[in-house]
Parts: sequence; C-alpha cells; structure tokens
Amino acid sequence: MKRSGFLLAVVCLLGLGHAALAQKQGSTLRVTHRDNPPSASILEEATISTDMPFMAVFNNLVVFDPASPVNRLDKVVPDLATSWAWSDNDRTLTFKLHQGVKWHDGKPFTSADVKCTWDMLTGKVQGKLRKNPRKTWWFNIKDVATDGDDTVIFHLYDPQPSIMAMFAGGFSPVYPCHVPANEMRTHPIGTGPFKFESFKQNESIRLVRNPDYWKPGKPYLDAIEYTIIPNRSTMVLAMAAGKFDLSFTADLTPELTKSLMEQVPTMQCVMQPTGTQGNLLVNRERPPFDNAQIRKAMVLSIDRKAFSDILSQGVFQVGGANMPPPEGFWGWSKEYMETVPGYGADVEKSREQGRAIMKSLGYGPDHMLQLKVTTRNIPDYRDAAVILIDHLKSVYIQAELEPLDSSVWYARLIRKDFSVAMNIQGTGIDDPDVQFFENFLCDSQRNYTSYCNADLEKEFHRQSQMKDIDARRKLVWDIDKTLQEDGARPVVFHAQAGTCWWPRVHGINIARNTIYNHWRFEDVWLDQ
Amino acid sequence: MIQYTLRRLGLMAITLFGVSVAIFVLLRIVPGNIADILFDSAGMIDPAEKQQIVKDLGLDLPLITQYTHWIGGLLHGDLGYSYVSEKPVLDEILPRIPITARLAGLALMFAICTGVPFGVISAVRQNSWLDYALRVVSLAALSMPSFWLGLLVLMAFVDWLGLLPIYDKAPATWGAAILMYCVPAASVGLRSSALIMRLTRSSMLEVLRQDYVRTARSKGLSEAAVTFTHALRNAMLPVITVIGIETAFLFGGLIVTETVFNIPGIARFLVVAISWRDYPMVQNLVMFIAIVVVSVNLIVDLAYMLVDPRIRLRT
Repeated sequence: MKRSGFLLAVVCLLGLGHAALAQKQGSTLRVTHRDNPPSASILEEATISTDMPFMAVFNNLVVFDPASPVNRLDKVVPDLATSWAWSDNDRTLTFKLHQGVKWHDGKPFTSADVKCTWDMLTGKVQGKLRKNPRKTWWFNIKDVATDGDDTVIFHLYDPQPSIMAMFAGGFSPVYPCHVPANEMRTHPIGTGPFKFESFKQNESIRLVRNPDYWKPGKPYLDAIEYTIIPNRSTMVLAMAAGKFDLSFTADLTPELTKSLMEQVPTMQCVMQPTGTQGNLLVNRERPPFDNAQIRKAMVLSIDRKAFSDILSQGVFQVGGANMPPPEGFWGWSKEYMETVPGYGADVEKSREQGRAIMKSLGYGPDHMLQLKVTTRNIPDYRDAAVILIDHLKSVYIQAELEPLDSSVWYARLIRKDFSVAMNIQGTGIDDPDVQFFENFLCDSQRNYTSYCNADLEKEFHRQSQMKDIDARRKLVWDIDKTLQEDGARPVVFHAQAGTCWWPRVHGINIARNTIYNHWRFEDVWLDQ
Repeated sequence: MIQYTLRRLGLMAITLFGVSVAIFVLLRIVPGNIADILFDSAGMIDPAEKQQIVKDLGLDLPLITQYTHWIGGLLHGDLGYSYVSEKPVLDEILPRIPITARLAGLALMFAICTGVPFGVISAVRQNSWLDYALRVVSLAALSMPSFWLGLLVLMAFVDWLGLLPIYDKAPATWGAAILMYCVPAASVGLRSSALIMRLTRSSMLEVLRQDYVRTARSKGLSEAAVTFTHALRNAMLPVITVIGIETAFLFGGLIVTETVFNIPGIARFLVVAISWRDYPMVQNLVMFIAIVVVSVNLIVDLAYMLVDPRIRLRT
C-alpha cells in the first residue's frame, strides 16, 4: 500500500514536471484591439481599451487569483505585496512588499512608490494626474505611510473589507514615483512581466518580455502585439483566418461569437458579463418627473426580457444594480428578484399598474405624456433607447429619440440637461462599494439623476464595513431593491459579450465576472 | 505659360488661406472640445480638472490668438502637438502619408490602366457584345458601395485562400508593399476605373464622329493610328479632369477602404482625430489634403496645355 502510494506520488510529480515543461518559451501573441486607447495610463482612464493592453506592464499590490474564474474578496492573493495584515480594529492595513523588484528603467521599487501612487489617487498630491476617474474608490483612505522600503501602511477612516478588491482590480496598478504622469500616458514604466515598446496611434501597441521580471521563469511569451482593428467584420474575418491568436476582450457580440465558432469549430470562446449595464435615467428635478408616481409608471413599462431577446438573443441578463448571478456575487437571486416591483414575470400586469397610475394623473391614450429620450449617438445606446421608447408607449408616454454626439453626452448628464435618458455604464469591479459609492451617493459626480436618500446612504456605509459576507450580501440585496423601487436608476439589462482564442494559446483564464482583470499574460504561452 | 502658372499659384495661396479659416472656425463650431471628450472617455467630469486641461492646451485663449499661433507655427514648420498622443503632429502625420499615397497611387494606376483601354475598346466596338459586357460591368462597379465590395473581397480571400489581405504590420520591401496594397487598391480603384471607362467611351464616341477623324481615315491611316493618335488625344481632356478629381478624392476619401482593410492611413486617422476634436491634428491634416487637392488641380490645368495646343496658345 505504501509502495503504491509512493509510486502514485512519483507519477504525479512526473506529471507536474511534464506540465511545467510543456510551457513553451518564445513567440509573439497577436491580439486584436477594438479602438485607439485614449492613453497608456491605466490610472487616468476608465476604459478597457487602456486597461487590457497595458495591464501587463504593471503589477498591483495584490491581485485576484489569476487561476480562479471569479474575482471575489476571498480570492485575493499577493502580487507586489508579500503579505498584509489588518490592525487597529480593521482601520489600519499594512502591506509587506517584495524586495529586489525593479522598474523597467532599472530603478528600485520601494514603499515610496506605493505611497506616491495612492497620494495621487486620493487627491493629496495635485496636478500629477490629468484625470482621476476613480477618486471615489479611495474615499476611505485617511493617509498612507511608509515604514522603511518594504512596508506601507494604509490608515482608513472606517473598516472596509472591499478595499482589498479595489487594490486587486485591474485599474489599480502601482506607478513609479520618479516618472512624470505625462510620460506614463505615452511611455508607461512598470514592474510587470512585459515592457512597453511602442504605441502607434490607431495602428498597434507592442509589449516585449521583461527579462528581469521578478517572478523567475516568467513570462513565457517574447512579445504581445495588439493590432487596432475598429471594424468588427474585419476583426472577425482576421480571427477566422488565423491572423490573430486572441480577440480583444468582450469585443464579440453574442451573434458574432456564435458565427465565429461556426466558422472555426476549434475556436475557444467564452461569453462573459462586460461589467456594463443599461439603465434608465430620469431627471427627478425636472417636472413632471419630480412626481414619483410618473417615475414608477415608467419603470413598470419596461419588459427587461424583451431588451435581452432583441439586443442579444436572450444572452443579456436581468438584475439590479449589482451583477446578477451566477457570474456576479452580489446580485439578487432569482427568487429575490421576483419580489422587486417591475421584475415579475407578468409584464402585462406591471404595465396595467403603470397605466392605472398614469390615468390617475390625467394621462391616457388620447392625452399621452410627451417627452424626449436622450441618448448617446452610438449603436449600443441607440438600439436600447429605441426599445425603451416602444415600451413607454404602453403607459401612455409618447417619446422622441434625441441622439447626442459623444462629445456632449457626458457634459449634458453632468449638467442634468435631460429629462429621460437611456444610459449604458461600466463598473470596474463586481463589488457593492464601487457600485453604490460611485453612482448613488448624494454628492457623487456620477449620480446623474440626483437621487439622494440619506437613510440609504447610511446603509451603504454599514454594508461597506461588514465582514460577514453572507449578512452583507443580504443587506446589499435590500439596498439594491430600495434603489430600484425608488427608481433611482432603473437597471434594464446587464450586457454580455464574447472573447475568443485559437487552441494554440495556453494559460488564458478569463474571469467570469469582469473583463477588467486577468490580462497580465505572465502565464500565457503559445504552442506553435 | 509662366504668367499663367504664377497666377494659378496665387489663386492656390488664396484658396489655402480660405480653407485654413474654414477648418479652424468649423472645428470650433462643432459642439464639444478635447477636454469634453477626454472626460467622456474617463466617464466623469471634475470641472476643476477639466478647466486645467482647457488652460493647458490654450483653448481658453481668444480665437484669433489660437489661429495666429497655428498659422505662425505652420509657416515655420511647427505643426504643434497632438492633444491625444501628446506627440508632435508632424511625427504622427509623416509616417501615414506614404501609406495613403501608395494606396491612392496604386488605386489610380489600376483605374487608369483598366478604365482608359476598356473605354476605348468599348467605343471602338460600339454596340458589340464586348461593349455591352463592359458597360454592364462598369455600371455594376459604379453601383457597388466600396465597404460592401471590400468585405466581399476579404470574405472570398478567407474562404478560398485561407488568408486575409489586411494591413497588420509595415511591409519591409516595395514588393511586399505592392502585394499588401494591391487588393485594397483594386477594390477602391474599381469605382474610379468604371467612371473613367464610361467617360472615355462617351468622349471617344463623340470624337470618332468628328470630321478630322473621317479625314484621317480617308488619308489611309491605320485604324490604330486614327484611334490612338488622333481620337484618343482629343478625347482625353474630360478624362484628365476626372482623373484629377479622383486623385483628390482618393487622398482624402479612403476612409472606408482604410477601415475595412485596416490600413493606418491619413483618412482613417483624420476621422478619429475629428471624433477626438484633436484640433492641431485635424487642422494640419485637412491643410495637407487641401494642398494635395489644389496641387492636383494645378497639375491638371497644366496637363490641359500639354495635351491641347489650343489652350496653350490661348494662355
């Protein structure tokens, strides 16, 4: 028995050894890119167009386990930090850092770089970043201190377990103190497995292997080349012809993913939530939408399944503010969702209630409420807005489409210069802190509808401090339900899209609940 | 001849000045500027940060000052910095000019080399089956949108040959460049070819009915000499005009072809720059295209004089 156990262990070890040997060094990974990134600086952008190609240049303090298919708090593992510890009633977070790590320009990485990065992000150092789109993520950081080169201490105002998720997200790399921010936008310097080589506007991005990477033996690839192909038809044909190894993440609609898999049966494809949701914005400061009853009738007119069927052949999911399960961790269960007004299976019954409300306010088939549905003039927004206009008719609302150029869309939202708008927005991490604080705080820049509920805001903070995940999730569900009942920003759909790669690509592990992570490529290799 | 050329050069300068004012004003009339779009891409706006960008880029200066800064820089060879890439505009534009020039040149060559001979054949063999076939083909080529034709060509290549003739890296040699550009050039040149063919045909038909052609035939000249020496030379004037217009179009209007075949030329770059309101980039690209267009027009006018002695004598 002992002998057979020993043999089994030897076989297993040999197997592991063989698997390790199977990883081939060399080759260039060719990836499509959907558009020209606004810059190479991840900290200054809020788009996957920057995050995916440049993530491999950097490291975070911690990351979501690259081997895990979900990004969750219990899946956070060390990266530049070797370990971390909570103290002072969970108000102090201390990270021990790797020693001997060097930036791509040869300078040593120290705790000063970490402090410098979060001083910029929290706005303590002005003028370094041109844009700081995720400043609200770090509202709870009181200050950052160092203790020697290998220790960094974050002092928080309140306990916040989710801050670890934010540290682990793809949008939170550590920046070098000694490199100016404008240089980081055009020629980023990191500690990551790949060095930046070139970024030709509207053409390509090229990263090359960092031979001095602090994780021995990695990465396996010699280089990663992104070719910018804005035309989706050309991109799909290029993938099918084998000109590229991997498609840009979530760049394929459900129909295109299906079509590509039919053209190339060996193609590996994954459908995943894009982290974007379609939602209805109603300006509650502008009459008659200051009347909660009208807002409720509008919400009751929405047939969410129809949106999913029309826009994605039923692939898009229905849920509240948080990403729905099975991919999302914080979204409502199906049973819970049935209890939320407007989410029931019987849409006609909801619409009947909506019509009754509108009739009580003096509207009817002969006297419909006239309004404009404002939206951004790009297909994803327009298509959803057109369906919304159709649904609103069912509750005596006659709407006209007002498409806006991208350059004025956000400016109009910020100025609250709209009555009703169809919006699509992304969230970097599947986490309630990110969702609630970014979009629903009374004074948040992104609170486009001016929704303000002081009692609920207290609940945002309460859930944020909870360590018991199950209890926290229950509270998050209730908060989300209140948000939907109040018509704060009614969620219409959660989008999904596909990512595909040829079987010759190994080591790709797509996260099920985010598109903004797992793009460091340090474990990826090509079998060719 | 010299006086005529100088007069035309003077007109060119006035035209370019008009273009510079028009593009400068139009760009600023369009809603939104680079600061709006930078924040759009980041998904939120902090008014203080936005105002800082506006100030940093000099967008808060009076329009006249902005215009004189631009024109002054242009005259000194300083095109400024791109708002998006933060690199000198010249460094961004220069590598793209040869790409578009090669594509446009090959497309034009394809259009002339096929359009003129087929037009002549169609006219000489009027109402024959060959004439009918060429007219049908040219009508079809004129009717097909270039994005549709481009995609069909790409699909055919993938399905039948298992390869895709799109731009993915800069070709190392001239041969490789011609190979890479020949498919998109033929795809975009087909429409120009059909246009030139139909114009050559109608122009040739008109000339072939002239008395001097009959006289040439009665002198006993061969049919080839009559067609090519006497008729074609006189029929070429309207064709040269169209070739000039097509050249100008090909330099600025290749957006669809550059997008479908993923060619990083100036047309695609210009559209992206407009969407970003990257003023220095758009202004200088439009000025470049305007210079090409007016230069081609000048060359066409000078070519008239070479082809037709009557115009030379009149000037």
